[in-house]
Amino acid sequence: MKKTLYEKIWESHVVCEEAGEPPLLYIDLHLVHEVTSPQAFEGLRLAGRKLRRPDRTFATMDHNIPTTDRTLPIVDEISKKQINTLYSNCEEFGVSLYGLESPELGIVHVIGPELGLTRPGMTIVCGDSHTATHGAFGSLAFGMGTSEVEHVMATQCLPQSKSKNFRINVNGKLGEMVTAKDLILYIIRNIGTDGGTGYVIEYAGETIRALSMEERMTVCNMSIEAGARAGMIAPDQKTFDFVEGRRFAPKGDEFKKAVEYWSTLPTDEGAVFDRELDLDVSSLVPQVTWGTSPGMVTDINGTVPDPESFDDPVAKEAGRRALEYMGLKAGQEVADIELDTVFIGSCTNSRIEDLRAAASVLKGKKVADGVFALVVPGSQSIKKQAEEEGLDKIFTEAGLAWRESGCSMCLAMNPDVLKPGERCASTSNRNFEGRQGKGSRTHLVSPEAAAASAITGRLTDPRN
Amino acid sequence: MEPLVTHTGIAAVLDRVNVDTDQIIPKQFLKRIERTGFGKFLFYDWRYNEDGTDNPDFELNQERYKGASILLAGPNFGCGSSREHAPWSLSDYGFKVIIAPSFADIFYSNCFKNAMLPIKLSPEQLSPIVRKVLATPGYELTADLEKQLITGDPDISIPFEVDPFRKERLLKGLDDIGISLQKEHLITEYENRMGK
Ligand code: SF4
Repeated sequence: MKKTLYEKIWESHVVCEEAGEPPLLYIDLHLVHEVTSPQAFEGLRLAGRKLRRPDRTFATMDHNIPTTDRTLPIVDEISKKQINTLYSNCEEFGVSLYGLESPELGIVHVIGPELGLTRPGMTIVCGDSHTATHGAFGSLAFGMGTSEVEHVMATQCLPQSKSKNFRINVNGKLGEMVTAKDLILYIIRNIGTDGGTGYVIEYAGETIRALSMEERMTVCNMSIEAGARAGMIAPDQKTFDFVEGRRFAPKGDEFKKAVEYWSTLPTDEGAVFDRELDLDVSSLVPQVTWGTSPGMVTDINGTVPDPESFDDPVAKEAGRRALEYMGLKAGQEVADIELDTVFIGSCTNSRIEDLRAAASVLKGKKVADGVFALVVPGSQSIKKQAEEEGLDKIFTEAGLAWRESGCSMCLAMNPDVLKPGERCASTSNRNFEGRQGKGSRTHLVSPEAAAASAITGRLTDPRN
Repeated sequence: MEPLVTHTGIAAVLDRVNVDTDQIIPKQFLKRIERTGFGKFLFYDWRYNEDGTDNPDFELNQERYKGASILLAGPNFGCGSSREHAPWSLSDYGFKVIIAPSFADIFYSNCFKNAMLPIKLSPEQLSPIVRKVLATPGYELTADLEKQLITGDPDISIPFEVDPFRKERLLKGLDDIGISLQKEHLITEYENRMGK
């Protein structure tokens, strides 16, 4: 039987399958953060249950920590309480925690790969929908709710129904300043925010093979915005090279053996998918969202679309509402849209390559008057590396704020919040109403486009 | 989860229709990090005056309902959002059994997950019980899940329906985790076999 990457991982993780019940799937790695874990830990405590595998459970704090001076006390009482609770829960249940004082602290989906916790062939879960990021390594990774977090804590398993399998084959060479972010925005533009619903997506094709690991993470990260619970990319030499030598990666002979196994994971020639789609991206230009859903995407050198031209009445109505919320007019040039804020960060685009790309655009330039721009690295390790490379200087000399790591303005749970009506070019993954603060207006873009836009104060094609 | 086989307790009447989850537990209490302790916020806006003192007019504040653990509610109880905080707060307050002519779906299934028994009775079945409770301060009812029967002195005896799968889980105190834990030997076997 020819099998897909997803089927291979799935089958090797089914613990048991009983009639009338969903199969029980074994979980190799459980990542935990401060927001979705407290009630799960509490649930264990109330039921008098143990955490089954503390050695497969790793925690960090990212969602609501401040990105300014962390030696100062945290002002927000609820944030403070959630953070302190994670400290005490990890202590009580014996979970390794990368806390505020750790040099390896960072966004959960950034530090998993960084520490070598994320490896091919694994099942990985986290109480966070962007867990799909880890699929870039050829693992099956997905998000879950608080009751499931507790379930994994107690059993190291989850009852799961098998998804359908969708392969997106991407071919063609990406142009100058056209990035993995543009690629995934383009995919969502094509299949819609529910295009992946019920599926696990495998991204394949020469364009995907040519992407770096960082870029592959950017693509898989936004699988959830395409409606898919998980996105994955077959492991190859780049994957093995990335993993090798990292803290939790197997060493020596163990590593060789692992690579042998990992090399058997890619989808067999001739395996059958439930759905396939071919895309050619050789003429793709940088993309940008114009509305309040990640599927509302247009070319950055184009115009804001006219919802009246949409066939689907639901899309038409959503488009009208989005234009009103965003304060835009149909037909308006994207290049004329003025910004208040530029945010470079989030688990989509806060890795070292993203920061290098933004810095290369900003070098020797200045942020436009009246624009507030901030760079929030994905982890403290990335922050350190960027500083060693002098990227922080480039940013601060250009007038951007250089911050500590965290989710920050991606979801504005910490003090990094937009005011009502403020407009932001953001390298994050969600442009929902109010995502970056009540009444905030978000345009999702690549780090290059965000940097170029910071200089002009308007949404700007980084190729110019 | 604690099993529920049979429960006897004081019954309280909350004769209101469409009690939604926002009334059961208002939004401002959702940010807590605990799963316990929601009982004191149950029916917050009805239960307390603006100055934080008890509202004497609210049903559950009446002396006769002190320590009640069976709630006789109106139709469409628990409608609104799917928040699990609603059953958490009812259960934390002390309720074990909720009897109503109808429930919102998600709330109904959330009750079973939190060791509470929701019972649907027709208004005709319910009204004699309500009359009895209103007439007799401290009146106790018994809900026997095994026999699927509600009883009360001297002459109340009303059968009820419950899904056999849910009944089984509640009788044994099995939540989803409990069910997976029954397969613990298979999990261990898998870990050994795969070297995990
Ligand atoms: S950066 Fe944003 S999307 Fe990523 S984990 Fe944090 S809040 Fe979620």
